[in-house]
Amino acid sequence: MTTQGGANKLSPKERMKVPRQAMPEQDPELRRHNFEEVNQGLTVLGATTEAIRCLDCAKPNCMKGCPVNVNIREFVRLVTEGDYLAAASKIREDNVLPAITGRVCPQETQCEGCCVLGNKHDPLAVGYLERFVADYEREHGKVGLPPIAPPTGKKVAIVGSGPAGLSAAGDLARWGHAVTVFEALHEIGGVLIYGIPEFRLPKEIVRQEVDTLRAMGINFETNVVIGKTVTIDELMNEEGYDAVLVATGAGLPKFLDVPGEHLPGVYSANEFLTRVNLMRANDPTYDEPIYDCKGKDVAVIGGGNTAMDAVRTAARLGARNAFLVYRRSKAEMPARVEEVHHAEQEGVQFLMLTNPTAFVPNEQGSLCAMRCVKMELGEPDASGRRSPVVIPGSEYDLPVHVAIVALGTSANPLVQSTTPDLQTNRKGYIQANPETLRTSKKGVFAAGDIVTGAATVILAMAAGRKAASGIQEYFDSGTWDGA
Amino acid sequence: MFKIARAEILAPDIKRFVIEAPRIARKRQAGQFVILRVHDHGERIPLTIADGDPEAGTITLIVQGIGKTTKLLNMLGAGDAVLDLVGPLGKPSDVRLFGTVVVIGGGVGTAIAYPTAKAFKLAGNHVVGVVGGRNRDLVILEEEMRAITDELFITTDDGSYGQKGLVIDPLKHMIAEGRKIDEILAIGPVRMMQAVAEVTRPHHIHTVVSLNSLMVDGTGMCGGCRIVTTSGPRFACVDGPEFDAHSVDYENLVQRNRMYVQREAQELREFMEHPTECVEHVREGCHLEHQHPEVRGATTEAKSQ
Repeated sequence: MTTQGGANKLSPKERMKVPRQAMPEQDPELRRHNFEEVNQGLTVLGATTEAIRCLDCAKPNCMKGCPVNVNIREFVRLVTEGDYLAAASKIREDNVLPAITGRVCPQETQCEGCCVLGNKHDPLAVGYLERFVADYEREHGKVGLPPIAPPTGKKVAIVGSGPAGLSAAGDLARWGHAVTVFEALHEIGGVLIYGIPEFRLPKEIVRQEVDTLRAMGINFETNVVIGKTVTIDELMNEEGYDAVLVATGAGLPKFLDVPGEHLPGVYSANEFLTRVNLMRANDPTYDEPIYDCKGKDVAVIGGGNTAMDAVRTAARLGARNAFLVYRRSKAEMPARVEEVHHAEQEGVQFLMLTNPTAFVPNEQGSLCAMRCVKMELGEPDASGRRSPVVIPGSEYDLPVHVAIVALGTSANPLVQSTTPDLQTNRKGYIQANPETLRTSKKGVFAAGDIVTGAATVILAMAAGRKAASGIQEYFDSGTWDGA
Repeated sequence: MFKIARAEILAPDIKRFVIEAPRIARKRQAGQFVILRVHDHGERIPLTIADGDPEAGTITLIVQGIGKTTKLLNMLGAGDAVLDLVGPLGKPSDVRLFGTVVVIGGGVGTAIAYPTAKAFKLAGNHVVGVVGGRNRDLVILEEEMRAITDELFITTDDGSYGQKGLVIDPLKHMIAEGRKIDEILAIGPVRMMQAVAEVTRPHHIHTVVSLNSLMVDGTGMCGGCRIVTTSGPRFACVDGPEFDAHSVDYENLVQRNRMYVQREAQELREFMEHPTECVEHVREGCHLEHQHPEVRGATTEAKSQ
């Protein structure tokens, strides 16, 4: 039995008549000139109105769609009761970064994709509500800490402070273990800091979520490259760690392997975004340089979320033309619909079924054009998507000053190469048992993109939690019978 | 925060820093580098480690003030600190018993070549040093190099010290004399390293150069430091910084290193207009960082209330 809050005494039929609340957005004309957040968040009225739409299903599908199984029904019910702080605490039981996932999760394919309201109407805006309660909690300075178990005396090292590492750290700290998170860069957050732009995920929010983890007793060490500054063996044999979780992500940029790709003016999306997001190259009071995009033509190659982030960043840096060049059609783009829509609103020009074959230098040796061919869609390939085929004789030069290659990433071998007994697969990702996340090396676990290849923030968080449980199980059983 | 234990001027705008970094000091090997960020608005720059003392927990960096960051760094002294320092990064030098090894250092490149030269000597090689500079002031570490080499040549472009000419001149002479050279390490300006490569290429003498491409993270993540080699693109941060001198596309390296030349010049101009302000900012940052986290937390809280 569930109880309906005072605010929600409507019948299911009446609730279904309430329209899904729209996310207030910064005007596209304004926002393409600034780095402030696009989505402004629901108001209290908007959030309570949205929450009323929840049908309070006896068997909520939404929760099955959530990789970390947030108790969505319960937190939404608390929103209808106006108890936003309790709603936030409810989320935090399963998700230590609600203000982040509320912003960057692909809800349309997860919780919202499973919502029964979506069969006939628009699904419940679970993401908007999650973000609302997390923001409410933070803005009211009332972030509640979960109960922390008494110290167990066990030490856990986490390699990498991205979403997998942070979510694992949250669980392990709650269970009373002494947790240290090591980060190679100078700021905590991994891809949340260097990868996702400010206009989608303000860095201040990441910092505050990290501060909450710090308040839970988690120790953070920046400027430590595991494998270089200290090895995993040293952590375990000399520094007394009982378990190590490798959560280093898939950080190595892929390139096209076409002529001219290393000309000045051609970036990997990782580099371009890191210069802006982590190093603030867009702000003249910071020293890190970036190619001046003002009044220039910029092309981003790729169709994923990172490509959208890069092209929208280029637009904000003042690009005259911001092109998104993708070899398939819009329907095949892996990016979230919302990101594509936002990019279009901001004036990004989509050059679909177009593939670069070379980067062309000017007389000074800098990039001045991208040689492209037009493509058409042929038969479906292994991924089920129709594979693009070159149209003969369609070659042309697209004048660009800056090109950004956003073709995805692969495994960074730094940790593996200095830990010889850590087994990897053909592509260099670490092999881990899918249930326990144990690796081939005793006491060492691996989770997130370094196991699966590039995925999403929430899948990495889910993997981090699973690894935390795996570590707990190892501590409880004290045995390690292979991975 | 990484405290500067000692600092001394070696030559005009070239300074030697001994910095407290116990973890790096313990692990570093000749040829490796660190990435450093002086203050919270600073850029990340790679600097090769010139020396290290694992017992004292310190590393030595030798810095030539060229751009804003290095000039700012060179205004700091003992007792000051840099905000971020990460390493040791990159692969160590390939140090083995080769036989006769020629180590060539141009300008501040001598500082980078020195630890590897020392390691070559310890490995039992006959080490020939060539130290060059534009003028007498820019010949650095002469004494240190003399102590660890079997022969040492000094060259200056203007003839103000040692023999007049380029660092390749003694090398050409050795080759002309028919001396057997088993390995060469050349570190200095890109054009100098390229010149060495061209001298040794026809003679098939294995030659190694240490490349200073632009970098952000230093762990292989950004790909900004890529070097075009005869076997494809390589990342200086994880595949280098040392490369086979005969495999490198130097023109591409020079072009890539000039990517931000205008912005860098502008930043330097602005910095030189009010350098002390920047130093004050760095020192203030150090002070804040030295406070206990709880005290710092309380001050921030008080500010926001």
